[in-house]
Amino acid sequence: MKKIEAIIRSEKMMDIKNALALAGFIGLTTYEVKGRGRQKGIVLQYRTQEYRVDLLAKTKIELVVDDDDVEKVIEIICESGKTGNVGDGKIFILPIDEIIRVRTGERGKGAI
Amino acid sequence: MQRQIIIFIIILSIFAPPVFGAGSLDNAINGADTVWVLICAALVMLMTPAVGLFYGGMVRQKNVLSMITQSFIVLALVSIQWILWGYSLVFGHDVGGHGLIGGLQWLGLNGVGAAPNPDYAPTIPASVFMIYQAMFAIITPVLITGAFADRMKFSTFIVFTLVWTTIVYDPIAHWVWGTGGWLRDLGALDFAGGLVVHISAGFSALAAAIIIGKRIGFKSESMAPHNIPMTILGGILLWFGWFGFNAGSALTAGSLAANAFIVTNTSAAAGAISWMTISWKHGGKPNALGIVTGGVAGLAAITPASGFVGPIPALIIGAIAGIICYFAMHFKNNKTNIDDSLDVFACHGVGSVWGVIAVGIFASLAINPAGANGLIYGNYDLIKSQFIAVIVTGIYSFVVTAIILKILDARMGLRVPDHEEIEGLDITQHGEKAYV
Repeated sequence: MKKIEAIIRSEKMMDIKNALALAGFIGLTTYEVKGRGRQKGIVLQYRTQEYRVDLLAKTKIELVVDDDDVEKVIEIICESGKTGNVGDGKIFILPIDEIIRVRTGERGKGAI
Repeated sequence: MQRQIIIFIIILSIFAPPVFGAGSLDNAINGADTVWVLICAALVMLMTPAVGLFYGGMVRQKNVLSMITQSFIVLALVSIQWILWGYSLVFGHDVGGHGLIGGLQWLGLNGVGAAPNPDYAPTIPASVFMIYQAMFAIITPVLITGAFADRMKFSTFIVFTLVWTTIVYDPIAHWVWGTGGWLRDLGALDFAGGLVVHISAGFSALAAAIIIGKRIGFKSESMAPHNIPMTILGGILLWFGWFGFNAGSALTAGSLAANAFIVTNTSAAAGAISWMTISWKHGGKPNALGIVTGGVAGLAAITPASGFVGPIPALIIGAIAGIICYFAMHFKNNKTNIDDSLDVFACHGVGSVWGVIAVGIFASLAINPAGANGLIYGNYDLIKSQFIAVIVTGIYSFVVTAIILKILDARMGLRVPDHEEIEGLDITQHGEKAYV
């Protein structure tokens, strides 16, 4: 099993969530995060001054899937989350040791 | 219980006549004027916490409560100071005939009652005039708080407020508005407080910013506003309250108040548009904060002129205010290292300097027969008085504020220690978090 962590544009959140749900991947967790990659931030104004904000708001999604589904999920996230501009985000894949459903105590693939 | 109520009513009616102002002086009191000035007093009161919100939204989140609390505590402190000795010092009979300060004959509002004071407002009770003026005394020190945002000790601020209002505000207000006041006798005109409120606050703020020194991280860290909608709300309430500030200064409910109301709105609108235009052209986008700031600049500029000029001059005054205040701010940000954190000097000081001088240019006896004619009507004397008034008020405010702060720094310390400034004033001065 693998955990997929994807940092994506907040405005793409709905599209990605819906596309994942359509493909059968319902469960996920989201966080509002700040960060920067190579996107240099944006310039804002305060009265007559300008200031640069380089920690930009993004959304992070986490979901745990079966090994066989990893490539499919990556494809869905890239397809829905891509705009072609710098700042589209990144996906990380992590190994998962175990997964347990709290309600029933089930372990393993059945708990996904 | 019923018997006690009857006895109470009998006792009350024995004492009622003096309380309810029976007597021949009732004929002088105009009900409409009285209602209007009382409502305006409430409108101007609203402006004080509005400044707290205006400034509060512009500072970082860790300091928002400190701005709001400073404005609130001034409301409380000067409310008391005014009725104890402030009103008497400003409007009392001039001491020694020098035109410098009023006397203490109205200490504790002794003698300030239902009877009108014909020197100031012949158609409303003197007490109404007093409480209306109280709101001006209250809001003036609040304006200064923007200059030392994020770093002043609360305890020292309380002492500063009481000292400042007594030895800066009260004398200046006496010079400009008190009977026998020397600027008033010189012929200087200030309808609603360009000199008394905005120039005094603006130049005092400049002195404070220089003496207290810049914030930690000034020009290197982001100090962007944490809540622009809060600032806009403050700005809205200020524009609204300003109708009371300017139109109420007519002290009558009639055409003079109407004129002041109209020119106030016009100048604010012109200031907002001209700021938006100049900032847009000068390489930015038309942002909300800028538009509201332009409006405030227009309001500060029209304040001294609101009872002496008509709508078209008001349009010019407001439009120019937006532009020169913009450049004053730009200059301070880019050419100086002065941390007048919320631009009190650029907005109120510079804006009202222009406004007071504009009175010398555009004033018209047709608008207000109790005023004078300005330069455009061929009168060269008014503008001279206006210049003198601006220079003296500005220098006096700057110098005396600097002295007060230097002394307080030695006795109590002005600034919070560095680690408290970094942690934020809300937690360290007030023990509160604004948003849990």
